[in-house]
Amino acid sequence: MSNTDIEIVVDDPTAPEDNSPSVVSNRTVDVVVSLLLLVLAVTLGWDNWRTGASWDSTGPQPGYFPFYLSVILGGASLYGLGAAFVSRRVAAETFVTRAQLRRVLAVFVPTLLFCLATQYLGLYVASFLLIAGFMRLVGKIALWKSVLTAFVFTAVMFVTFDIVFDVIMPKGPLEAALGR
Amino acid sequence: MEAFGLLLHGFAVLLTGKTLLLMMVGLVLGIFVGVLPGLGGPNGVAILLPLTFTMDPTSAIVMLSCIYWGALFGGAITSILFNIPGEAWSVATTFDGYPMAQQGRAAEALTAAFTSSFIGSLVAVLLITFLAPMISSFALKFGPPEFFAVYLLTFCSFVGLGREAKHKTVISMALGLLLAGVGMDTVSGQLRMTFGSAELLRGINFLVAVIGLFGISEILLTMEERLALRGHAAGISLRVVLSVWKDLPKYWVTLLRSSVIGCWLGITPGGAIAASFMGYNLAKRFSKDQESFGKGRIEGVFAPETAAHASGTSALLPMLALGIPGSGTAAILLGGLMVWGLNPGPLLFVEHKDFVWGLIASMYLGNVVGLVLVLTTVPIFASILRVPFAAVAPMIVVSCAIGAYAIQNAMFDIWLMLGFGVVGYVFKKVGIPLAPFTLALVLGNRAEDAFRLSMIGSGGDMKVFWSNGLVGTITTVAIVLLFWPVIDKALTGFTRMLKPAKA
Repeated sequence: MSNTDIEIVVDDPTAPEDNSPSVVSNRTVDVVVSLLLLVLAVTLGWDNWRTGASWDSTGPQPGYFPFYLSVILGGASLYGLGAAFVSRRVAAETFVTRAQLRRVLAVFVPTLLFCLATQYLGLYVASFLLIAGFMRLVGKIALWKSVLTAFVFTAVMFVTFDIVFDVIMPKGPLEAALGR
Repeated sequence: MEAFGLLLHGFAVLLTGKTLLLMMVGLVLGIFVGVLPGLGGPNGVAILLPLTFTMDPTSAIVMLSCIYWGALFGGAITSILFNIPGEAWSVATTFDGYPMAQQGRAAEALTAAFTSSFIGSLVAVLLITFLAPMISSFALKFGPPEFFAVYLLTFCSFVGLGREAKHKTVISMALGLLLAGVGMDTVSGQLRMTFGSAELLRGINFLVAVIGLFGISEILLTMEERLALRGHAAGISLRVVLSVWKDLPKYWVTLLRSSVIGCWLGITPGGAIAASFMGYNLAKRFSKDQESFGKGRIEGVFAPETAAHASGTSALLPMLALGIPGSGTAAILLGGLMVWGLNPGPLLFVEHKDFVWGLIASMYLGNVVGLVLVLTTVPIFASILRVPFAAVAPMIVVSCAIGAYAIQNAMFDIWLMLGFGVVGYVFKKVGIPLAPFTLALVLGNRAEDAFRLSMIGSGGDMKVFWSNGLVGTITTVAIVLLFWPVIDKALTGFTRMLKPAKA
């Protein structure tokens, strides 16, 4: 067409393979989720019963509305449990393949570590470590690019939130040493 | 014509340098988020919400709604150029949009998509301008039973009309309503479901949940897919734009039909996806040349885009007039309103005239500015896709964490966000819809208050929900909708029984 055409090609070297074996089936996850929801429904229902789920002189007690919701939640998860056992279609489906799980964990684990680091080192240090580490180790991007990107992004965030908008984020030893 | 005067006033509120600048920033950020793989309207608004916390409500909502328009425009770019629908309702756009791009008519397809989104939104905004004040002044007469009936109607229509398995919608909704009740009970001041935890005293914040559900979980889901892509980004020349616009009047039936479908489905909850497919299918059915659909026909881009945007925009109508969001994104915007201390609902039109009309005016302006912006900058935004996801993903995680923390200055909320991220990931994969959960979480407290106040008023008599014609009708419609699948089946069975008798 015109000479303003730009071709864009992006490769994904670590893409999950299509033929990767299944780790867990949809049925198993369905059953586990239904069971967890059932436990939650019973726990919350019990707590609301304790708070008071009946009527007194002023109208419904605080636990009334949530108690019946727990009953509905419990009923629906029981139904879901039954449906998961009966359905043949769901049983065959794959919830996640091994290659997919590896990729998902490659994001989840760093995110978890980031939250931990935020608690002890403050958000800005944690964010620098997350971006630089993730780009370098997961994305296989050159070290200088990773560190530079992480530094610039973190600095922009610090200036935007801490200095311009005055939104205070969790801080750690580094900020204390710098006197902020 | 009172609406017209107020609208002009709204424009006057908007036309300051600062607001216009915020609009541009919002649109650019929105398009950016819309173009990134896997992220769309609700995710964009949820992730960028913290940016607006320190602004005044009018600037904040203008920026947020512009992020939303931008994300909608951005979704069309990836659908057409790379065959990657940013959102479920862009799927229908890829049917004809991508073949057009492959034939080297990308510029034409993009112009068609942007123009029809613009037309769809415009029709919906016109509807909001004239209908919302009327509905809200009518709703001012509502008492607690009427409000509870309307909430019930919203929840029931999700269960009855949703495409997901019914029990999964019920689970999602009940869970949302339950979590909304955690913490201090607003009526009696007693603690509920806190299990002695001081962190849970504050309750589960809606926005923290949304950031986890839509931000973190989306990153996890996106990583599962193959992120490679290939396509052409074409600049749009003025000549192409004009030639597409010149042909527009030929398609007025398609445009009008899709706008009407979109507006109607947008007001009823969860309709944008259905609207885009319905718009496409109807355009195909009424066309003289059905075979050419799916092979790069411009009408196949006009129809779904107009419908999707009309419904995405009109979903804001029940939110503004009644305080009931018609879509997931509207629910997030509603959560935002509450952060700024604005109570959505009919009183908003009386107490915060400036705000409401500023917002409505910003819908007009945002769409015009957005149209010009995307038409001129498509190649730049398309090349954003070159930025590796490994660089974008951690930045989104950091933005999510900043947002979650900033709401209540609590480290606990960052952990809560992470938890909701995992929940959202698992729920999406087993088919538990997130929109009812979002809606229930944001409406939970108000639905409960309405219920308890009507119960106190009637002395515990359920008949209060049928005490007059209005509330009785709404409650009955709600219950009919709840059991709609059963009723529908019974009706078809019944007509089948009648038919052989006739023949």
